[in-house]
Amino acid sequence: MTHVLDTDALAAETPPRREPPAPYRDVTRSDAAFRAFLHGLPGVDQVGAEARVGVLGTRSIKTTAKAWAIDTAISMVDLTTLEGADTPGKVRSLAAKARRPDPTDPSCPPVAAVCVYGDLAGVAKEALAGTGISVAAVATAFPSGRASRAVKLADVRDAVANGADEIDMVIDRGAFLAGRYLDVFDEVVAVKEACGDAHLKVILETGELVTLDNVRRASWLAMLAGGDFIKTSTGKISPAATLPVCLVMMEAVRDFRAATGRQVGVKPAGGIRTTKDAIRHLVLVNEVAGPDWLSPDWFRLGASSLLNDLLLQRQKLRTGHYSGPDHVSVD
Amino acid sequence: MTQLFDYAPAPESRSIVDVAPSYGLFLDGEFVDGSGAPFKTINPATEEVLSEVATGTAEDVDRAVRAARRAFTRVWGPMRPADRGKYLFRIARLLQERAREFAVLESLDNGKPIRESRDVDVPLAAAHFFYHAGWADKLDWAGLGPGPRPLGVAGQVIPWNFPLLMLAWKVAPALATGNTVVLKPAETTPLTALLFAEVCRQADLPPGVVNIVTGAGDTGRAVVEHEDVDKVAFTGSTEVGRAIARAVAGTRKKLTLELGGKAANIVFDDAPIDQAVEGIVQGIFFNQGHVCCAGSRLLVQESVHDEVIASLQRRIGTLRVGDPLDKNTDVGAINSAEQLARIRELSDIGVAEGAHRWQPACELPERGFWFPPTVFTDVSPAHRIARDEVFGPVLSVLTFRTPDEAVAKANNTTYGLSAGIWTEKGSRILAIADRLRAGVVWANTFNQFDPTSPFGGYKQSGYGREGGRHGLAAYLEGADSK
Repeated sequence: MTHVLDTDALAAETPPRREPPAPYRDVTRSDAAFRAFLHGLPGVDQVGAEARVGVLGTRSIKTTAKAWAIDTAISMVDLTTLEGADTPGKVRSLAAKARRPDPTDPSCPPVAAVCVYGDLAGVAKEALAGTGISVAAVATAFPSGRASRAVKLADVRDAVANGADEIDMVIDRGAFLAGRYLDVFDEVVAVKEACGDAHLKVILETGELVTLDNVRRASWLAMLAGGDFIKTSTGKISPAATLPVCLVMMEAVRDFRAATGRQVGVKPAGGIRTTKDAIRHLVLVNEVAGPDWLSPDWFRLGASSLLNDLLLQRQKLRTGHYSGPDHVSVD
Repeated sequence: MTQLFDYAPAPESRSIVDVAPSYGLFLDGEFVDGSGAPFKTINPATEEVLSEVATGTAEDVDRAVRAARRAFTRVWGPMRPADRGKYLFRIARLLQERAREFAVLESLDNGKPIRESRDVDVPLAAAHFFYHAGWADKLDWAGLGPGPRPLGVAGQVIPWNFPLLMLAWKVAPALATGNTVVLKPAETTPLTALLFAEVCRQADLPPGVVNIVTGAGDTGRAVVEHEDVDKVAFTGSTEVGRAIARAVAGTRKKLTLELGGKAANIVFDDAPIDQAVEGIVQGIFFNQGHVCCAGSRLLVQESVHDEVIASLQRRIGTLRVGDPLDKNTDVGAINSAEQLARIRELSDIGVAEGAHRWQPACELPERGFWFPPTVFTDVSPAHRIARDEVFGPVLSVLTFRTPDEAVAKANNTTYGLSAGIWTEKGSRILAIADRLRAGVVWANTFNQFDPTSPFGGYKQSGYGREGGRHGLAAYLEGADSK
């Protein structure tokens, strides 16, 4: 086995610990303090959380409200392709779809971003030049996050250098579940630094964190460490984005802004396939965190097949009848 | 594109239900005219007259009781229990089949949001019939003594807050145990009971097994005081309950009373705050607070008081008050002008006594009976809003410092119907629940109902239990409810 990294370089890359914002400056002063803080957050009653999303799921969004919700959802999509088989051609075709999701209808808004692996960020950047659509790249040894910190940071810098406007990192779930919260925190801080001007989305991979208590703790950890967005999942693990998880994350960003004044975005990703799912998420955003989050700056939907269903429903609203899968482009 | 997510109106269609211009009494399987002057039932959300309903006099009640007695002696009493069960199953299925009709009619006549009538009232009513249908042929094994026998004719008087559901709570156990019924629905909400009468006909229930006599207090009194009634079951105010207890005292009649409440919802500092806030909202604003077991006293630990109240106020700000038939409405109309006057009076007394009243900015419709969700802070246990049942969307917030103080304040009421405990600590739930003098104690939830679970109160919240195995005992001879 050859070690390409020397340990001195690795040490040099660990920055001094960044302080979280007031009033939480001292919570990361030690492992014990940070653990006490995260474990001291109010618990989440899973039955209650599920009941709450159950009721919100009965909201009936019709006519003008539905039209607004569909357009808003389209504008929030991070159109994603994260396959080993991705090619520049595939990414260009996705970029074309991102600019004009419905080629027959110029009133259809573009999506928020195209999300790809770091090596293809350059291709996406070029294809999206001048559109205002962001390029998001997954990094930090996505999806498992199992690599040394130096490799993860190099991954981030590479993606940024390739033109990524947004970096979707994964947290070290192993460390989190083992209770090494400060390690996870330090890593998010380091990645944030490596991002430079790029926005940082922190993927919690809630399907591996399992409990809603963990989701709340990981959300706070990511926000304290400077994440611009918290994101549910990689899409590679099931369950991915669920409504109870999204509820807890919306509560977290709402409470975090109330306490620190800093607003953090939320991105559920994976498993959102239908317009109904998307609208349920928007209702959740609206009623839990409030309308301040109802914009692509603060809420994203990480998805691939969702966009086509949104387009079909949009056509249905406009024309009064359902077309079919041949009336929207395959990705 | 605006920045606001305005939900467009999403009204449930009224066309599913035919409201007749007038209704008679349901006696011996037929709709007949009442002898009293008919009264109007209105939609409390609009004050529109829905229908005219017959008033049953003492003579009408007598006819109803005689029909019930006949049906008991000749048909229902001697019937094979398994066959009685079949009728109940049939009624339960019909309630499900006609669920939307019942839900729309309930919301029209009562003012409650369609979301609640559709998702709570009607499904639970059907569930009560299903549950009791199953008991009909298994009473020998219910642990209520050997060969339990029905009592005979049950006279039942029900309130306006859950018209169909309270009917189900009363009628289902009575029929399952072999009794026949004379039921008096509330005068402001008679329509679903009359639709239920239609369901009884549809199910071919033998005539006289269920009789429905509409009217006001006098009609109810005639039912309760009728000599040939063997069992009286009442749900309603403590004041009326007391009068019924007096009327029944010294007679052979069995009595169950389910009366008022002033439930404490206790939030400890280690509670799951977001879910506790949901529970507080569900506890007091469910059904506009027209719930005898409503969590109308919030007892919150001082150390989290400000956080909980801020969170609660933010949450209440998102409640959608308005058209009960809109599927997105959370809080509907107050059931009657009379009830609205009482809520206003007590709310004003709260202010006069020095508590701080908070209401969210919300637009109320011009017509109809409306009261905004209301929270009183700085409430002392001596205030009337901390002692009297408001029976409306009014929450009184008190604080405590220690578990002992929480228990003492929670029990410091003349009622004892329900209570709630919010904490992540399981041992605390058990310890506190043991010390609360309340018939139902919910842990980390509130206002959950199930036909398998007995429901009833301590002290002035009444006596007897409804639902579950315990509820059967109230309708059986010699059965011990323990």
